[in-house]
Amino acid sequence: MDTILEPLGYTFFLKGLLVAGLSGALLGFIGVYIVLRGMSYIGHGLSHSIFGGFAAVQLFAAQFYVLGAGLWGIASALAINTVSKRSRLGADAAIGVITTASFALGVALFARFGSSGPSFENALFGSILGISTEQIVGLVVVSLLAVAFVFLRYRALLFSTFDPEVADVSGVRVNRLEAQLMIVLSLSILATLTVIGVTLVAAMLVIPAVVARMLTDSFGRMLAWSTGIGAFSGLVGMYISYYAEVPSGTMIVLVGAAIFLIVFAFAGSSRRRKSAGLDSHVEPVPAAAPLR
Amino acid sequence: MTGTGVGPELIRLSGVDAGYDHQVVLHDVNVHVHEDQFTGIVGPSGSGKTTLLRLLLGIVKPMSGTIDQRADLRTAYVPQLETVNWDFPITVLECVLMSGTGPGRRRITMPWASAPEKQHAMSVLERLGIAEFADRQIRQLSGGQQQRMFLARALYRRPQLLLLDEPTSGVDVSTRHDVLHLLADLHEDGVAIVLTTHDLNGMAAHLPHLICVNHRIIADGTPKQVIQPMVLEQTYGARMEVLEHLGMRVVIDERREDSPRSIRMDA
Repeated sequence: MDTILEPLGYTFFLKGLLVAGLSGALLGFIGVYIVLRGMSYIGHGLSHSIFGGFAAVQLFAAQFYVLGAGLWGIASALAINTVSKRSRLGADAAIGVITTASFALGVALFARFGSSGPSFENALFGSILGISTEQIVGLVVVSLLAVAFVFLRYRALLFSTFDPEVADVSGVRVNRLEAQLMIVLSLSILATLTVIGVTLVAAMLVIPAVVARMLTDSFGRMLAWSTGIGAFSGLVGMYISYYAEVPSGTMIVLVGAAIFLIVFAFAGSSRRRKSAGLDSHVEPVPAAAPLR
Repeated sequence: MTGTGVGPELIRLSGVDAGYDHQVVLHDVNVHVHEDQFTGIVGPSGSGKTTLLRLLLGIVKPMSGTIDQRADLRTAYVPQLETVNWDFPITVLECVLMSGTGPGRRRITMPWASAPEKQHAMSVLERLGIAEFADRQIRQLSGGQQQRMFLARALYRRPQLLLLDEPTSGVDVSTRHDVLHLLADLHEDGVAIVLTTHDLNGMAAHLPHLICVNHRIIADGTPKQVIQPMVLEQTYGARMEVLEHLGMRVVIDERREDSPRSIRMDA
């Protein structure tokens, strides 16, 4: 028992636990929209893109690197949105070009000039070390912003996620709403980056939402489950990473993946199908199931 | 049943060219939609009938010409069933309620529905005969019920003009019959209706007004005026025989090689 309670005596660990739990919850919450919109790849790309901004900005103005990386992320998110909508390139191609180029730039800058902030490895895989009070405040502010955004635009977001074309002709400003969601997503990735890591953030956007989908058919409950599973993965993963002495992001993702495997193993085949079809926004044939 | 369009005008397309990526799909379209209209747009695949519907919806902007629309017009749209993911985690009631997010709602929309909103949604579901499925996940409906749910979502908005894209594609004969009667009832209640269909005998022949499209408006009138061998040949590029059965037009497609005379029933 003492061994379990021992790390709680350290302030840095308590800070880490708080940030990991809140990060998991935030990514789980926003992840529902990302997964149901078939945008998982955007989450993956954006986190890599933000890494580029992170490395570049801290060269010129180290104290503003969070702000700079945030703006970089938002700019990439809006660029992806624009390129994929206004050209013949699909979103996949736009993400592939814009975000990997940004990531490559980040790696090059890190390798050449180093970092005045987190180390290269910590930025990639997350770390419990060096979590500042400012970062905690930032994470809380972004979480509140995400909740407020979803609360105020709940039905419009749901409508545009389920059926964007009809939402558009019904008066929902779908493009504007999508741009706002991309901004909230960028800020969420940025706020959780230090604990979970650039390369692992995307997994925490996807895993809780996919597990939640297997557990419920209701959108509201899916939001709650996904947030809870994210928070649980964050807390437990952070704890294990302390003892295993591995980067925090790895264990947070592995706990999430273990929950996924357990639920997947116990879920019936119909529930597995729901999560399998999540990323294909449109189905070719409307199959009708028999009435129960 | 009236429906040929004599009431006050809702939308007018004048000399409209429209298309995608600088390629004109529809040329010089002049179409008026009136308050009492019940119109089917027919034409072969790729002829521009969906583009015409999308012009009326405002999704496609004209390359030239003008579209005039009554300022306070409330439009609702029923897309084809395969445009959404039916595994999406929502119930039938949630789906209907989500459409209450349009313009004119200045106050903040709460995530949860108010009692009057729920009551209105349930009354629409009852009218369409699917109230008992309100709490089911949408995948658990049959194709016909899914079509009704889409209709319910549209009717929740109390539209003056209802636009439907192939409402009977992929549904069985009895559902097609039900949908047709439902639309006729709505039209009787004063909702203007414009739909696209490729089903000449099962759908188009039963409507009061038809527009034949093949990159331009070929003909515009009642089924008796429009379902004519000459018009159909211009529209579909093939000879079709037209019979009259119990006062209804029946089109016989002569294009199929395996059976020279097979009744065209593209359901």
